[in-house]
Amino acid sequence: MTIVVDLKGVTKKFANGLAAFGPLDLELHDGEFVSLVGPSGCGKSTTLRVIAGLLAPSEGGVAFPQGRPEIAFVFQEPTLMPWARVLENARLPLDLKRVPRAEANARARRALHRVGLEGFERAFPRELSGGMKMRVSIARAIAAAPRLLLMDEPFAALDELTRQALNDDLLRLWHEDGLTVIFVTHSVFESTYLSSRVVVLTPRPGRVAADIRLSPPATRDAGYRLSREFADAAGQVSQALRDAMEHAA
Amino acid sequence: MIRVLRYGLPLLLGTAVLAAWEFLVHHYDVPVFVLPAPSAIWTAFIENFASLMASLWTTLRITWIAFALAFVSGCAVAILFSQSRLVEMALFPYAVILQVTPVVAIAPLILIWVGFERISLALVIIAWIVAFFPILSSLTLGLRSADANLTDLFRLYGASRWQRITRLQFPGALPYLLSAMKVSGGLALIGAVVAEFAAGSGTATGLAWRIVEAGNRLEIAKMFAALGLLSALGILNFYALSALEYAFLHRWHESALQKEI
Repeated sequence: MTIVVDLKGVTKKFANGLAAFGPLDLELHDGEFVSLVGPSGCGKSTTLRVIAGLLAPSEGGVAFPQGRPEIAFVFQEPTLMPWARVLENARLPLDLKRVPRAEANARARRALHRVGLEGFERAFPRELSGGMKMRVSIARAIAAAPRLLLMDEPFAALDELTRQALNDDLLRLWHEDGLTVIFVTHSVFESTYLSSRVVVLTPRPGRVAADIRLSPPATRDAGYRLSREFADAAGQVSQALRDAMEHAA
Repeated sequence: MIRVLRYGLPLLLGTAVLAAWEFLVHHYDVPVFVLPAPSAIWTAFIENFASLMASLWTTLRITWIAFALAFVSGCAVAILFSQSRLVEMALFPYAVILQVTPVVAIAPLILIWVGFERISLALVIIAWIVAFFPILSSLTLGLRSADANLTDLFRLYGASRWQRITRLQFPGALPYLLSAMKVSGGLALIGAVVAEFAAGSGTATGLAWRIVEAGNRLEIAKMFAALGLLSALGILNFYALSALEYAFLHRWHESALQKEI
């Protein structure tokens, strides 16, 4: 498989010289849905920021063998501009790239349509529920047609039903667009449900403790959460996480 | 109901106070040079209408020009500060000096430097000094308070510095700026009045000078009339700026949302 992101010996140190995580070696392939799972403070979010180029690693580096792909980032909070309408929020990446207004509007509208927000273009973020705000955030991410989607615990603050609905929507987008997704979560079940691959990190300093491949999530349906296969996979991820914790302790 | 109370109550109270004032002045025969009755103030207002209005216009013009200058220069310097810590470190102490030095103390100096033949310019400069700082300090803070994740997003999408200012920092700083404008608008008027007092003599022709002049002649009713106009001007400024604040923020900002209830 084609390697999209190649992390080589990436380390991040605190100002006092203590290692926050790493060295981390990780190859991410085209079209994978990779979840990063680990205890809080193990550097999952930092890894995403390093990949996005928002943070420089202390040592090591990130290579993009196919050239730097178009990257989108979804944060834990919806991170919308409260003064801008939904359409303007979804259009932001296109505006910043100076895409002509008419084309940008069409693409933003299409992105909003794909996350089920048709008809809310002129609303302000404060008029939306938490789940809808997160949908706007996802629409903004896909509006610029990214190849690599980085998500930092995006659904952690949502209720269970909303979260499941967004999980399914995300899988649909991933499948339709052939995206590569790196998804940070602390939920074993969420990672198991979504991913084609789960990378378990150890507590600080975070390193790869386990690299688990699962059946491709394109086959998920409503019954999957109740299936034997899902339970086995979740058990496997859960055990790996427990091993990683004990190993460190 | 709330709306009726909000406007009705102060109005009712004001009327009651005026009526009591009128009654007490007549009842105790208070001399007109100590405390004139509201009716006498009204008469003085009508008699001196032309000169008072001319003075009002002078003070209004100086206040508004000083405020406009404070707005433009405050915004410009704040944007400069938000872009460069070094510039801010170098200049901020001087902005503070401008702010903490009592304006009454610098006013005579400015009047001498600018010259009494250009009195309006001197008054504008003095009023500007007072009105400038709130805009500068609030907007600098506001521009720097942009959401960290949104700032990262702008970086990720390769936003230019100008895009970051106009699309992220400035809209986010609007609540700070609009609140500072209310303070600054009031200070501009105070600055204009103080400047006129400092200028003294017949060169200044604004409301403050009318007050000094009427005081010297013991025309207390006229003094009250000028004072009333000055307050009215201040109130007008404040509510105009409040309306501006509401117009810009009511659709999205928390502060304006609570007002709707």
